[in-house]
Amino acid sequence: MSKRIGIEVAVAAAEAAALCRFDVAAVYPITPQSHVAEHLSNIVADGRIDAEFITVESEHSAMSAAMGASATGARVVTATSSQGLMYMHEVLPIASAMRLPIVMAIANRAVSGPLNILNDHSDIMPQRDSGWISLFAENGQEVVDMMIQAFKIAEHRDVQLPVNVNIDGFQLTHMVEPLEMPDQKEVDKFLPPYKPYATLHPDKPVSMGTFAMNDVYTEVMKAKDAALVNSKEVILAVWKEWEKRFGRAYEPIEGYRVKGAEILMLTMGSMGETAAVAIDELRKKGIPAGLLKMKLWRPFPFDELKKAVKGAKTLIVTDRAVSFGGPGGPVAGEVRSALYDQPTRPAIINEIIGLGGRDMMVEHFMEIVMKAAKAGRKKRKEAYEFYGVREA
Amino acid sequence: MAAKKWPENWQNVNRGCVVFRPGSAGDYHTGSWRAQQPVWDNVKCIKCGLCYIVCPEGCISEGSDGYYSADLDYCKGCGICTHECWPRAIKMVEEG
Repeated sequence: MSKRIGIEVAVAAAEAAALCRFDVAAVYPITPQSHVAEHLSNIVADGRIDAEFITVESEHSAMSAAMGASATGARVVTATSSQGLMYMHEVLPIASAMRLPIVMAIANRAVSGPLNILNDHSDIMPQRDSGWISLFAENGQEVVDMMIQAFKIAEHRDVQLPVNVNIDGFQLTHMVEPLEMPDQKEVDKFLPPYKPYATLHPDKPVSMGTFAMNDVYTEVMKAKDAALVNSKEVILAVWKEWEKRFGRAYEPIEGYRVKGAEILMLTMGSMGETAAVAIDELRKKGIPAGLLKMKLWRPFPFDELKKAVKGAKTLIVTDRAVSFGGPGGPVAGEVRSALYDQPTRPAIINEIIGLGGRDMMVEHFMEIVMKAAKAGRKKRKEAYEFYGVREA
Repeated sequence: MAAKKWPENWQNVNRGCVVFRPGSAGDYHTGSWRAQQPVWDNVKCIKCGLCYIVCPEGCISEGSDGYYSADLDYCKGCGICTHECWPRAIKMVEEG
């Protein structure tokens, strides 16, 4: 039986990895991920599972060690945040190109400069094109569930790709929540031991991380893209199985009060919870608002998005990062592009919110929606807005 | 790049580009980068073997007659052998 306990979410993320019986953890601590690192270390030091904890000297080394370990056929977990993720950036596309099913918890935090340790998504967004599967958790329970699902998705024979689970720094990592920790026996049934495609072993030598120039690089990139695109089918199947076994449903884009909604707001991560309360308040006022919570960022859920926005007049896309000098926020840029060839599509409003930990309260989300309701389909002067920015 | 047989299409690319045949790196003929190739004048060559020592690619070898030549499958045409050859027996010649 699953047990509901009061637990800090960062600790729960490490506990979830332990339920998956990881073989190797290679982690470098960084705020607000540190509690994940510390707890993974505790689990290994206490001998609770038969695993190695590699104390690396940097995040670049953490990912490199994770790749080496994964290449031997080990189940590998790592975790990082912000500058650590930026430092890891160079190695990330190699992990996916080598098809190493590493699972990484990311405690999302703003990137420097100026130095800021609070939550936004400016660390993960630059990693968008690194070929990793990318999940976004809304609350502590989703963190636990997604950490376990991530191993199953990553290691699936038809996927074999690394997965990152995005956990809003502080807003989620440092919360103590009443979480249902799945039973070890149930997790064992859900997640069989990892069967690698190829391993580094002296008895049967292979080469990994090879050289490929202009004569074959294009084919390799096409194969990598196809792997990401095709992984969605497995992700959906894993989520179906999860729902059957553990009773909690997951969708690439989860709708909240979308029935009859003329104005939709799209969020990623923990702000979905606050926005949901705002939607409830707006509905009480008779404003036909609904919420879309995007849980799957890569592979991008094109079909689900198109279906979800059908019938809506306005779509407010919230972004927690900026593509400077570009289309505004990276999420809105992709959403616009995904809907461009639709015969009918909602007006898209891009609100850049919650940068560097700027708090977003229920009334802020309400204000955003009410402003959009008032404007209707009238075109805005700017393609995007820094919500709440102090202006002269 | 000549000799190696490539996967015919992207579907045939080994997952993660894993190479299952050990010791097959030599099949990758990297000499196609070359713009110039070294040509030895054996009248000037004193068989000192300096070219063999300095070749960063390790593709210069001594023949049975004691003279040296480069394996053009791997020679990148860097010209270090020519630069270091003090009797000036090696010339870099444009690829045809």
